[in-house]
Amino acid sequence: MPEPATTADAKIAQFPRAVAPAIKETPFIRIEGVTKRFGAFTAVSSVSLEIRKGEIFSLLGGSGCGKTTLLRMLAGFEDPTEGRIFIDGQDMTDLPPYERPVNMMFQSYALFPHMTVEKNVAYGLKHMDMTPSQRSDRVREMLALVQLSDFSHRKPHQISGGQRQRVALARALAKQPKLLLLDEPLAALDKKLREATQFELMDIQDKTGTTFIVVTHDQEEAMTLSSRLAVMDKGRIMQTGTATEVYEYPNSKLVAGFIGSINFFDATVRATQGDTAEVEVPELGGMVEARAIPGLTPGQPITLAIRPEKLTISRGKPATANAFPGKVRDLAYFGKDSLYRIQMPSGRVMSVNSVNARRVGENERVADWEDAVWLSFEPAAAILLKD
Amino acid sequence: MEAAHRSPGFRRWFNRRGWIKITIATPYVWLSLFFLLPFVIVIAMSFATRTPTAPPFSFGGDYPVMNTNHYARLIHDDLYVRAYLNSIGNATLATLMCLLIGYPMALGLTRVSRSWRNVLLMLVILPFWTSFLLRVYAWMGLMGTNSWFNKLLTGAYNWVMPADMALRYIPMMNTGFAVVLVTVYSYLPFMILPLYANLEKLDLSLNEAAMDLGSRPFQVFRDVTLPLSLPGIIAGSLLVFIPASGELIIPSLVGSSSRPMIGRVISDEFASARDWPMASAVAVALLLLLVGPLMAYTYFEGKSLEKKKAEGES
Repeated sequence: MPEPATTADAKIAQFPRAVAPAIKETPFIRIEGVTKRFGAFTAVSSVSLEIRKGEIFSLLGGSGCGKTTLLRMLAGFEDPTEGRIFIDGQDMTDLPPYERPVNMMFQSYALFPHMTVEKNVAYGLKHMDMTPSQRSDRVREMLALVQLSDFSHRKPHQISGGQRQRVALARALAKQPKLLLLDEPLAALDKKLREATQFELMDIQDKTGTTFIVVTHDQEEAMTLSSRLAVMDKGRIMQTGTATEVYEYPNSKLVAGFIGSINFFDATVRATQGDTAEVEVPELGGMVEARAIPGLTPGQPITLAIRPEKLTISRGKPATANAFPGKVRDLAYFGKDSLYRIQMPSGRVMSVNSVNARRVGENERVADWEDAVWLSFEPAAAILLKD
Repeated sequence: MEAAHRSPGFRRWFNRRGWIKITIATPYVWLSLFFLLPFVIVIAMSFATRTPTAPPFSFGGDYPVMNTNHYARLIHDDLYVRAYLNSIGNATLATLMCLLIGYPMALGLTRVSRSWRNVLLMLVILPFWTSFLLRVYAWMGLMGTNSWFNKLLTGAYNWVMPADMALRYIPMMNTGFAVVLVTVYSYLPFMILPLYANLEKLDLSLNEAAMDLGSRPFQVFRDVTLPLSLPGIIAGSLLVFIPASGELIIPSLVGSSSRPMIGRVISDEFASARDWPMASAVAVALLLLLVGPLMAYTYFEGKSLEKKKAEGES
C-alpha cells in the first residue's frame, strides 16, 4: 500500500526545510543575562546565549549544573530572577507556558496515561484555530513522521519505551512550535536504541526545520546531535561552540575534563616562539613543545592537557619533538581500540588510546604488559590551559 | 516451636510454600468467620418466624420451608421504602458535599511543602482521636437555638433578609439539614484520605505537559487531574456513602423523628420490637441495595478492562 505513505511524505515536505549550511545567522533565541535563584541557591547565574533558527543546540553538564532550570525557564515553568528571554524577537520572559510558541519533550515523556496515542498527539491542537479535519490530518501526519501510524489507538502503557519516546516527540511537534525543548530525550532508552534514535531525531529536525534545544548529561549524545553546544557548570556557561571546537580547543580544565577523557599535567612556561611554546613538565621529565595560546609569559605556571588518542606508542624512540619513555602498566582491549596505562619514570601514569587499525594476534601487538615503550605526540596535540 | 522441631516435614513445608499460603489464608479465614458466617446467619434469620421465645425466632416445624413474609412487608409497608429513600438520599447528598469540600482539601495537601503537609494531614486525622459520640453532641450544642453559632447565623440571616422575614433563631436541630451537616463533618476524612493518596501519586509533569501544550490551569485540571483521580473519587465516595447510608447515631441524635432512616429502622426492629427476622430482612435488603450495584460495576469494569487489554495486545 504505497498510497498513504506518499501522502504522508508530501505532507511532511510542506514543512520549511532547513539545510545545515544555510542556517540563518540572526539569533532566533536570545537569552540575556538570565539568573535564577532558589532562596540562597543560584541555579543559573547570568547566562547569555544566542541560538540561531534551525539549530540543534545542546546544553551539556552534570547534574545540578543548571541546564534543566534554564530549559524550564525557556518553557515558562520557572521565572528568571533576572534577565530576559526573547524568541523570534518577542519578549517571552513574562508569558505563561500556555502562551509561548514553545513545546517541550519531557524526560519522563509525561504522556497522558488515560488517552490513546492519537489523543495525546492531538491534545495541544484543540487550543489552535483549526477545523476538525485539519486536526486529524495533522495528527496522522505527526504519527507518520515518527512511524507510529499503526499504534494510534493504543494507550501509552501498551507500547514500548522507544515508541513512547516517539509519541512524546510527535506530541511536542504537533503544534509546530518555533522552539522545541528536549529534556534528556534519549536517557531512558537502551544503548542500541539510543544510537538509532539520535539519527532519527536529527532527521526529524531536518524535515521540520524546528529549532531544538536539548538538555543532556551525555557528551556523546550532545556531540552527535547538536550543531552547537554549551558546556554548563554551577549555573554558568563555561564554553559555547561546535562539538569540534569544544573537544579540540577547550578553554578550561573543566571543559577539557568533562568532554572526553584527558591527561592533565602541571607545567611551567619556559619560552614562546611564534605559535610554539616550550613548557617544562616535571612529570614527563622534560620540555614539551606545545601550540601557544595568547598571553604566555616565561615562568608562568600552566596546565598541559593531552587527549589519550593523540598519543602514539612505539617500541623505538621516534624522531619527533615530544617523545618520552615509559612502561606499560595496564592494557584493556576493547576490540576497535585499546586503552593503555603507561607509567612514566616519575611514577605518573598516563592513559593512551590506540586504535587497532591492523588485524593482529595477541603476540604481535604494539606493546604488552611491562614492555618499555616510547610515547610521543605532536605539538598541536598539546593543549595549554590557564585554569 | 516444639512441634516444628519434631516434624522437619512441616518445617520444610512452612519455609518453602507454607508461609505464603498461611499469609494468604489469614484474611480469608478472618472474613469467613467474622463476616461471611454471621451474614449467612442473618440471611437465614430473615427467613425465620418471630416467636416470643429467647432467641425470639424459630424456623417452625416445617423447616426448611422459608418464610418470605418479611420481604413482602418490605415492599408493601411504605415505612421501609421511605426509610430506604431517605437514607440513600441523605447519603448521596452527604457524599457529594464531602467530595466538593474534600477534593480541594486533598488537592491542596499535595501542593503544600512537605512539613506543612504533615501538619495538615494530622489535622485531618485529629478528630478521630475524639469520641465520635462526643463530636455529634458538640454539633447538637452548636445547632441548638441558644448557641452562639446559631445566634451568629441568625444575625447574618436577619442582616441579609428583609425585616419582615426576620427570625429569632434558625431551626437546625432535628432536620434533614442537621443530619447531612453532621454526616459530612464526620465522614469528611474518609473522602480526603483516599483522594489524597490518589492525587499524591499523580505525576506533576503531566500537568506541566498539558500546560506546555496550551492548556490554562482550569483546563489542565479538567483534562488531566480530574480524570486521573477518578479511582480516588470512587474509593472516597464509597467509603462515605456506604456507612452514611446505614448510619444510626447521627439521624437518631440530630435528625427528625418524622423522617425514618434505615439504620434506625433496623435498630428499632431488633431492640424495641424484638422482631429479629424483620430486622434481618431489612439489613439484607440494604446490603443488596448497596453492594449489588457495586459488584455489578466492578464486574463490568473488569470485563471492559480485560477487553481493552486484549484489543491493545492483539
